[in-house]
Amino acid sequence: MEITPAHYALLSAALFIIGVVGVLVRRNIIIIFMSIELILNAVNINLVANARHLENLVGQVFVVFVIAVAAAEAAVGLGILLAFFRNKETVNIDEMNVMRW
Amino acid sequence: MIDLVIIPLFKIAVVLNGVLVSVTFMVLLERKVIAWAQSRLGPMRVGPWGVLQAIVDPIKLILKEDITPTKADKWMFTLAPILSLVPALVVFSVVPFGGDALFYITDINVGLLFIISVTSIGVYGIILAGWASNSKYPLLASLRAAAQLISYEIAVTMTLVSVILTAGTLSMVGIVEAQQETGFWFGFVQPVAFVLVFIGGLAETNRIPFDLPEAEQELTGGFHTEYSGMRFALFFLAEYANMIVIAAVVTALFWGGWLRPFPSVDALFPSVGALSFLNLAFLDLIPSWVWFFGKMFVFLYLFIWIRATLPRYRYDQLMRIGWKVLIPIALANIVVTAVVKVWLL
Amino acid sequence: MVETIVFYTLSALILGLGVAVITTPNTVHSVLFLVMNFLCVAVIYVVLEAEFLAVIQVLVYAGGIVVLYLFVVMLVNLKRDPEAHQDPRRLSLVGLALAGAVLLELAGIVVYSYSREPSAPVAAAAASPVQGNVEQIGWLLYTDYLIPFEVASVLLLVAMVGAIVLAKREL
Repeated sequence: MEITPAHYALLSAALFIIGVVGVLVRRNIIIIFMSIELILNAVNINLVANARHLENLVGQVFVVFVIAVAAAEAAVGLGILLAFFRNKETVNIDEMNVMRW
Repeated sequence: MIDLVIIPLFKIAVVLNGVLVSVTFMVLLERKVIAWAQSRLGPMRVGPWGVLQAIVDPIKLILKEDITPTKADKWMFTLAPILSLVPALVVFSVVPFGGDALFYITDINVGLLFIISVTSIGVYGIILAGWASNSKYPLLASLRAAAQLISYEIAVTMTLVSVILTAGTLSMVGIVEAQQETGFWFGFVQPVAFVLVFIGGLAETNRIPFDLPEAEQELTGGFHTEYSGMRFALFFLAEYANMIVIAAVVTALFWGGWLRPFPSVDALFPSVGALSFLNLAFLDLIPSWVWFFGKMFVFLYLFIWIRATLPRYRYDQLMRIGWKVLIPIALANIVVTAVVKVWLL
Repeated sequence: MVETIVFYTLSALILGLGVAVITTPNTVHSVLFLVMNFLCVAVIYVVLEAEFLAVIQVLVYAGGIVVLYLFVVMLVNLKRDPEAHQDPRRLSLVGLALAGAVLLELAGIVVYSYSREPSAPVAAAAASPVQGNVEQIGWLLYTDYLIPFEVASVLLLVAMVGAIVLAKREL
C-alpha cells in the first residue's frame, strides 16, 4: 500500500490530539508544556509531508519558524514556571489560581 | 545488495572495533605519558613495558561485579551509560578517514550539523546517570556537567559556523575538498576558530582543565560515582570516544583531513618555478588515511599533554570563560569571516 | 514497500511514545519519552527528504529544548506529588471526550479532502538557483522569507531576555 499525504495527515492529527489530551487532562504544568511541544511537532510533520507532496520547500521553511517559536516558548514558559515555583512551591496548575478572583 | 548492505556493515564493524580498540590503547598511552611527565614509569608489569595493560584493563572491568544501588532508578541507571556511549560512536559514520569513498561510511550533505546534533544528545547520558543514581554527589556533578556541556556547545557551534562560511558546504568530505581547492588548510585561514573549537572540545569531553563534572577532590568521581563494572566501562569508553571524535573533527575541519602537507602548491603559485620543490609530490606515496590518523594522533597526544600540565578551573571561571570569552569571540569571528567572504573575496 | 513498513513502524513509535509522555507519572521518564519521540520525528523527516530539518530537530529540540525541560524538572525539587491536588470543578473526562471528538472530526476531514481528488502538485516555487535541501532552504530564508526570518531572530532575542529576567532572583 502506498503511503500518501493523507497517512501523514492522520499521523499528525493523532499526535496533535495526544498533545491536546495532555494539556486538558494532566495537572503537572511541566507535562503540559511538553504536550504543547508534541502539538507543535504534529504541525511540523504535516508541513513537511505536504512540502514533499507539493514539491515546494516553503513548508520546510515554515517548520524552521515553528521550531524557533517553540524554543522561545519553552524558554519563557520555563522561566515563568521557575519564578512561580519559587513563590508557591508547586507545579500543579489547579493550585495556580492567584490571578483568579 | 552488496553495495547497499554488506559493504557499509563491514565498514561499520571495522570503524566500531577500531574505535573501541584504540580507546583501550589511548588509556594506556595516557597513563604512560602522564607517568613520563611526572618522572614515573607508569604501568610496567603486564607484558613488555606494560603494553598488555590495554588488554587486561577491559577484561578486569568486564569481570567486575555490576552493582545497582538499591535506591536507584533501575531502568534509567542502565540506560544512562548506553545513552552516553551511542552518540559518541554514531558520529564516526560521517568522519572521512581517507580521500576514497572506501575510507568513510557515508558522506551526507549535512555532515557537520549531524556531528554537532548527535554529540548534543550525549548530555542525556550524563544527566540521567546523575539523577538515576539517587545520590547527592552524582546529582551535583551531572547538573554541573549539563550546564558545562550546553554552554560550551553553543560556543563550539557558533565557531563552526565561521568554518562553514569559509568552506561553503556542510559535508565533511566537501569541507576537506574545499581545503584542497583553496590550497590552505583552514587552520591557517581560521586560527581563532581552531583555538576556540579545541578549547570547547576540551570542555565538551570533560578533560582537564575543564573536568569539574568529575573533580575527584570535590565530587568523589562525579556522575559515575555509583557505577561499577561494565556500566562504568561504558562511560569510560564514551569519554575517550568523544576525545577521538574531537580530534577527528579538528583534523578534518582545520588541518586538511586526509590531505598531505602542501596539497596544492602548484595551484597557489603556478608561475613561480622556484617553489616547485615545495610540491613534495613524493608525499603522495603515503596513503591518505595515514595522514589522517597521524594528524589525529597529534591532537590526542595534545589532549594528554594538557592533562599532565594544567590545573583545574574553578566553576565560576569555567562559566565565565564559556559565556564571556568564547561566545563573544566566536560571534566576532563569524562577522569577520562573513565580511571578508562577501566583500573582500 | 519499504516506505510503508518504515512509516507504520515510525507512526506506532511516535504515537506510543506520545501517549507515554502524557501518561507516565514520573516526570523524568516523561521527558525521556519526549526525547525519543522527537528522535522518531526526526527520522520521519529523513524519510520525507527533509534532512536539514531532521538535523535541526535533533539539535534544537532533543539537544536544546528538552535538556532545558530536564533541567527544570531537576531544579523543581518537589516535596509532594504534583498531581496530588485536584480542582473539584475540573472535568477531565469531558476533556478526553472532546479531544476524541476533535480527532474523529480531523480524521474525517483528512479522509474526505484527500479522497475526493488526488490533488495535483501545484507549480513548484520559482526555480531556485541552488541545488540541495540545505541550500534551497537557505535561499528561501534569505530571499522570500527574509523579514519573517529577522522577526524570528528578534523573537528569540526577546525570549532570551525575558527568560533571564523571569528566572533571575533579583536584577
